[in-house]
Amino acid sequence: MAARDNHGTDAPWKEGFQVVGRAHPKIDGLAKATGQAIYTDDIQLPGMLHVKMLRSPHPHARIIEIDVHQALELEGVHAVLTGADLPKKYGVIPWTPDENALATEKVRFTGDEVCAIAAIDEDTANAALKLLEVKYEQLHAFLDPFDALERSEPQIHDEIRGKEVRGNVSKNVKLEFGDVEAGLEAADAVVDDNYFFHGTTHTAIEPHCAVAQYSPHGVLTVWSSTQITHYVQRALAHVLEIPEAKIRVIQPCLGGAFGGKSDPFALEFVVAKLAMITGRPVKCLWTREEVFYAHRGRHPMHLHYRTGARKDGRLTAVDAKILIDGGSYSSFGLITTYYSGQLLTGPYDFPAYRFDSTRVFTNKPPCGPKRGHGSVQPRFAFEVQLDQIAEKLGIDPIELRRKNFQGEHTETVNGQRITSNGFLRCLDEVERASSWKERRVKLPRGRGLGVAGSMYISGTNYAVYPNAMPQAGVQLQLDRSGLVTVFTGGNDIGQGSNSVARIIVAEELGLDPEDVRVVAADTDLCPVDLGAYSSRVTFMVGNALIDACRKVRKQIVQAVAEDWGVPTARVWMGLGEVFDLEDRERTLSTREAFHLTEERFDTLGATGSYNTPELGGDYRGGTIGASPAYSFTAHVVEVDVDEETGRITVENCWIAHDCGRALNPMLVAGQMEGSAYMGIAEALLESHDVNRFGLHAGPSLLDYRIPTSVDTPELHALIVESLDPEGPYGAKEAGEGPLHPSVPAISNAVFDACGIRLKQLPFTPGAVLTALRAKTGEPAPVRA
Amino acid sequence: MLRLPKFQVAAPDSVAEAVALLEQHGEDALVIAGGTDLVPNMKHELFTPELVVSLANIRKLRGIKQAEEGGLTIGAMSTLSDVAASEQVRDGAPALAQAASLVAGPQLRQMGTLGGNVMLDTRCQWYNQTYFWRDALGFCLKKDGTLCHVVAGGNKCVAAASNDTAPALMTLAATLVFEGTGGQREIPIHELFLADGIYNKKVRGEILTAVRIPALAPGHRGAYGKLRERGSIDFPLFGVAARLDVAADETVAYASLAAVALQARPVLLKRSAESLLGLRPGTRDFERGVDEAAELAYRQCRPLDNVPGDSDWRHEMVPVYVRRTLLAALEGSGPVHHV
Repeated sequence: MAARDNHGTDAPWKEGFQVVGRAHPKIDGLAKATGQAIYTDDIQLPGMLHVKMLRSPHPHARIIEIDVHQALELEGVHAVLTGADLPKKYGVIPWTPDENALATEKVRFTGDEVCAIAAIDEDTANAALKLLEVKYEQLHAFLDPFDALERSEPQIHDEIRGKEVRGNVSKNVKLEFGDVEAGLEAADAVVDDNYFFHGTTHTAIEPHCAVAQYSPHGVLTVWSSTQITHYVQRALAHVLEIPEAKIRVIQPCLGGAFGGKSDPFALEFVVAKLAMITGRPVKCLWTREEVFYAHRGRHPMHLHYRTGARKDGRLTAVDAKILIDGGSYSSFGLITTYYSGQLLTGPYDFPAYRFDSTRVFTNKPPCGPKRGHGSVQPRFAFEVQLDQIAEKLGIDPIELRRKNFQGEHTETVNGQRITSNGFLRCLDEVERASSWKERRVKLPRGRGLGVAGSMYISGTNYAVYPNAMPQAGVQLQLDRSGLVTVFTGGNDIGQGSNSVARIIVAEELGLDPEDVRVVAADTDLCPVDLGAYSSRVTFMVGNALIDACRKVRKQIVQAVAEDWGVPTARVWMGLGEVFDLEDRERTLSTREAFHLTEERFDTLGATGSYNTPELGGDYRGGTIGASPAYSFTAHVVEVDVDEETGRITVENCWIAHDCGRALNPMLVAGQMEGSAYMGIAEALLESHDVNRFGLHAGPSLLDYRIPTSVDTPELHALIVESLDPEGPYGAKEAGEGPLHPSVPAISNAVFDACGIRLKQLPFTPGAVLTALRAKTGEPAPVRA
Repeated sequence: MLRLPKFQVAAPDSVAEAVALLEQHGEDALVIAGGTDLVPNMKHELFTPELVVSLANIRKLRGIKQAEEGGLTIGAMSTLSDVAASEQVRDGAPALAQAASLVAGPQLRQMGTLGGNVMLDTRCQWYNQTYFWRDALGFCLKKDGTLCHVVAGGNKCVAAASNDTAPALMTLAATLVFEGTGGQREIPIHELFLADGIYNKKVRGEILTAVRIPALAPGHRGAYGKLRERGSIDFPLFGVAARLDVAADETVAYASLAAVALQARPVLLKRSAESLLGLRPGTRDFERGVDEAAELAYRQCRPLDNVPGDSDWRHEMVPVYVRRTLLAALEGSGPVHHV
């Protein structure tokens, strides 16, 4: 009933916020720092078996025969699974189930899972892997998305959910809003250019791990390093063909996810099935190499943009055509394809927009959602193109962005509702902090400043399976000890959602934050939350918590007021105590107040929920990318370009992010810095690449270069608070938006530094030298 | 996590016992010093020894000493962080201290040893991978196979020497003390290496016990330059050590340049170094000499696609790093590194 209520942006108690808005350490910070935190791989159960997987050595092949006999005969081997044991297809998006836990007829990339072996220990399982014999018939491997677009045979997927696949096209979305051609014709300047965003992956430090146990009563428990407990429960029920009520999924402490743990993965089905077959607990921990194959990282995109603007800088139209390299499976690809166009329509206003995005299958590790899902790549292209327009029109790049600001409480060209919007203040902040006006033109050659802006969702109103139930549910238990326990399905993946839950409950019920504990992401104990993706948890779980808290708060205030014989308006709760506002001598501890309330109302507790309002454009796909609130970001990056080596060094990155209200500024700043770090890493170092043999180019943390601390620039987090009318106390997201502008801002800063436009990622030193030579007309060195 | 294959460990107290074990077990035994390279290589099933002979308990292999005849004697088990931090090495062999300071990252230098770095296995992007990966690719001629993925049709392994300290020691004319069952011998470091990526050393079955660096000429200047993508952890994409001995008359009396991360052995850039002889730093002639040295190095050094990264860019960086490292040596600065 309260699902769609808004709770306002004000503090719950008259005298302002007691907990919110202050820096609080993470709820699990000390446990992690001292090694006490229990991760999935820390779980050891009596009699537990260990699983290893056989993977395809070919990028594309038909399986002719699998011989498991020798492996089964090895002492210590308990079971061997092949695709035939888990024939039901699944996929995180119910419209595109195209995955099997183990390959059934075909393998689609080097590293695709083929068999799984459960043995008494890892070494025995590894030894048994070498005894498996698989015969393959190799097929043409698609390593280039253009090849996959042009050639329809052999098809990587023939049909998905009974529907024939058109060649190797995974998804195509064409949408047009307003008259694009007229807009381009009316423009004084049109920039028409091509851009490329390469593949990158999440590199969470904890590799994927799952443990399963099957009880004699037929209850399956799966502990998994997942960010989507609820969807994993549903997927297990679907694939194993057992009722959801017989499945309990628990997410232990998680060592990072970034979108890389938001699909159901082969290992979860495999440990579950093996636990059911063997009656023993079963664990599978992937190696770092296997995590690179599991991937679901950033889609490589070939992007073509045409943008028109009038002399005064006002945009007239944007036309985009995008080819998306999806890798071997759909994953979230349907959403990615929409997001590649749908999320570009802010913070700038343009009257006409068209995008034509095509995702193709290729024989590479499957792409999926990585921090800033689907929108980091188009944002890169577009923000560089905006800089090209500013250059062409002779307008300061920050000024150009200001001129096109869409405003607050408005609607985008594709029909998305914009509520709060602090983008102008973000621009002001980075302009001020970087001394943009004073320094930009005066920096020595090789030094430059660049700006970029962006927008991102705070959750979406598109649940991956359509339903009218709340997107987020919570439950509170108020104990006689004075402790409040929060039960939430929300997944804390290191972003701090459990800490956010603690802060909100402490604020609402006037508690010392230490008196709030959080039990999260256990499907037996916690009401459903859809999971940690789309930057939805603070917004949605936060609102659900306020909803639940206000129900019990009303009871507590009433019970205390009745006991004291005063009107309820005189009762005030804060930091563990309850006061009479007009007689400060009269106080109770929260614990005593809970006792009074329990005497008056019986056992205390409440549920709370949140669902999004009706949102989105009135067209097919119009709800995809529709969010109850959008965050906004601007970066200014300062670079130093060594024109002799081509190396770009980011000296400073100023990050201004409109997160609505910063519930815990320390966590918000951490998310902003972490996002910018990740964006800079993608721009300068990381490359998730498949070589000419169809093999991952270097599936290790040595070859896949993520920046070390000495490679990380000064990151300056500048929090902007716009107070969203629908967010919890006005809060919006902070975990993904602040990644977007770092990539284009670097390109734009390099242009300022030495006059070259970097339009292809990554910005390697070799590419910089090539661009510098192209500019001066100097020939490339000849290899004598 | 990748599992280590099963093996036995012996940790003798003396070199004599260690070399006896090596002789007894032949190819089934390997020496472990800091283990920072051997352990991952064993996880990749590049080495599957039955016996690993640890040098950790042999105390006399540690320590940095001023030699009686002048110069330094550095125990092979001295850690890279000790070598990098040692005042004696910084004063007496600046290029070596700089090279040691840039090997891998701080944690690895705490474990990794000078001897281990000198004796480092060659590296290749097609070789330093897991068993699964190498199997999927087709095993290469360095391990388990016959193909070369760097040079199509190649039948000679071109895996790259990747030890930062080797070129520094070559410019210092260091000698290496080996001990085998037949006793001790001392060989100049530039005679150690072979142009064979499968095993690029002349010595087998003996243990490197010490590195000797002769007393330096007055006016010795040295530096090391390392090209890599990140500011830490990574092996060199190119490394160059420079030495200039400036005589009393302020001309270059002796010069030496050595480079690594090209082919199977670290190489002396003789002609390149010679172009500086007799020149007086600070003059136009010297500047031209440096340019010539850089140009000759560019011609001599041909980076291959053996280590990850863009080999054309690595090639372009050869003259840049040679020039910068020579100038750093002259100024007494360095190392030349991007962070």
